[in-house]
Amino acid sequence: MTNVTTLTPSALNNAYPASNRPLWKRIFFTPEMAIIGLLILVIVVACLVVPNFADQQTMYYLLMDQMSILFIALPMTMVMITGDIDISVGSMVGLTCSLLGLLYSIGVPFTVAMVIVIIVGCLGGWLNGILVTRITLPALAVTIGTMALFRGIAVGLLGTNAITSFPKPWTDFAKAKLFGTGIPVALLVFLALLAGFTILLHFTSFGRGVYAIGLNAEAAKFSGVNVSSTRTILFILAGGAAALGGIYYTLRYGTARGDVGDGLELQVIAAIVLGGVSVFGGRGAMHGAVAGVVLIGVMSSALRLMGVTADVIKIITGVLLIASVLVGALLTWVGNRRAARRAALQG
Amino acid sequence: MKALSSLLRSRETGILLALVILIVVTCTINPRFVFSTDGWRDLWITPSILLVLAVGESFVIITKSVDLSVGSIMGLTAFSIGMLSIAWPGLSPIMTFAVGIIIGGLLGFVNGALVAVAKVPGMVITLGTLYAFRGIDVAWAGSRRINASQLNPDLLALGTASIPGIRIPYITVIAVVIVVIAAWYLHNTRSGREFYAIGSAPQAAELYGLPTRSRMLASFIISGACAGLAGVLFAARYGTIASNAGSGYEMQAIGAAVIGGVAIVGGSGTVVGAAIGAFLLATINRALPILGIQDFWQKAVLGVLILGAIILDRVLADRRSRRLVAERLPQ
Repeated sequence: MTNVTTLTPSALNNAYPASNRPLWKRIFFTPEMAIIGLLILVIVVACLVVPNFADQQTMYYLLMDQMSILFIALPMTMVMITGDIDISVGSMVGLTCSLLGLLYSIGVPFTVAMVIVIIVGCLGGWLNGILVTRITLPALAVTIGTMALFRGIAVGLLGTNAITSFPKPWTDFAKAKLFGTGIPVALLVFLALLAGFTILLHFTSFGRGVYAIGLNAEAAKFSGVNVSSTRTILFILAGGAAALGGIYYTLRYGTARGDVGDGLELQVIAAIVLGGVSVFGGRGAMHGAVAGVVLIGVMSSALRLMGVTADVIKIITGVLLIASVLVGALLTWVGNRRAARRAALQG
Repeated sequence: MKALSSLLRSRETGILLALVILIVVTCTINPRFVFSTDGWRDLWITPSILLVLAVGESFVIITKSVDLSVGSIMGLTAFSIGMLSIAWPGLSPIMTFAVGIIIGGLLGFVNGALVAVAKVPGMVITLGTLYAFRGIDVAWAGSRRINASQLNPDLLALGTASIPGIRIPYITVIAVVIVVIAAWYLHNTRSGREFYAIGSAPQAAELYGLPTRSRMLASFIISGACAGLAGVLFAARYGTIASNAGSGYEMQAIGAAVIGGVAIVGGSGTVVGAAIGAFLLATINRALPILGIQDFWQKAVLGVLILGAIILDRVLADRRSRRLVAERLPQ
């Protein structure tokens, strides 16, 4: 009967180290919470130290600047949790921006143009998804290709022209503030989407499937997750969100050009990774990713108010990204050593 | 005979064929594309900087990683050697090249050390250094711009001169020499083959006792050094260096490698293929306007090409594996 001893609680605890901790520890001692803590710290310090930071106008522009990134970060987080990546989103923002301008300028009603543009975004995502799942190509290679393709179409559609007249009610809507506060109305759209995506990722079987694919796609398949369709749906959502970002950008600046959103994909990915999502897949959460995006926005805006130029913000974004993964690696290393020592003591 | 048939069937031959067809077709429409002093010179000089970057990038991709920071390393190195030649106007071109390669190698070492120590994917680290290196460059340069008059005249002369007779620019010669050395090293030496072994099965390579960490580190140093060299070539060729020099080159370098048959999942491909890929990319950009396609559409064509190349690779790989299975099955 020696086999029974392997099923003692301590053995089980070793097998599932995450699930035997108290709930509050599992909620608060996470990389996501570390980022949220850092975010709160930075906001408090900025409010105290930086002149004009604790101002409605600052918050308004901060949120407006990060809005496109916030939209795209939602599905991108899920794409990255499955272990895929989509670097074509920045180009899709440009494509939808110039297509929207082109359609409106040739007389298509604006609402119809918006619907068409979102459909185009989803189709672009679908193309990525099909190439990745049906032809089983690596997502990085596919989206490097579609990144160039979408950008090429975006620039090709308008050439060097820019379209600058858009219906005023819509551009006003994109810039509107809520009841005279500094909160942009567009934030409500984002919050609604955030709620939807959080439920989808954390409270549905589809969302659990997303994590399962990231941890082990083969195992996920055998436990009944439809791997191909899940991954394709996520690429479609990423394309759709990029289209939304493109529409938002067009309305906010009232301009449609082909080069809009250049380099946006790397900003989104940097912010999400900073928020604790692993590029290997399987790890990460929606609140962490959003906190990562907001953290970069808050730091940029605080530094700009302190008179620091945009280039230093780039350095800080880069260093912060590297530091976040280094700290993660350090914590894993310490954790492994502790576990090894505990095992040695028990053995 | 067998060697000849495998040469004809190789992935590199296909991409070379595409390049030759492109040049021939463009040339029939406008002979000046090749048969004029400027056309001939541009044909060779345009791809050379990308060629060097693609070689370095191939080392990293073959080792199953990716280096997104090459454009930033290239820009930072170009600006550094520009400042250096203002400080020491008498610095010889050879020393300038040495300094550029060393600066690039050191920046690559930063990437490699972070990847090896933290065991995080190269993509994340180099995404960080893409911002960090570019940020340092911009913070240092500001709105300053280094002009041709501030650079060493010998270096600039090297950037414009060609071999007399066949009129192939020296910059291209340097790039081709790099390709040949890298190709020989990866193909013939034990340590060169280890890059492939690590890229195709990292865990197996580790268990087999290969020095995976030091090879990973080496791949990033090589990539950085190549980007540094590209920075010097950039300075020599254009003579003007602003803080945005080399931005966006990382995607072109990866694109060139992928088109040339270097699989993004690691473990396969050659630098010769990547070099031909770079040649094709740069030449397409010049050929499109002559072929009657507005140059706004260049990037779209590039995208179709990358997608076409990776789909083709997949089809070829599937066919090969099916053939291997068929050969092994008992009759």
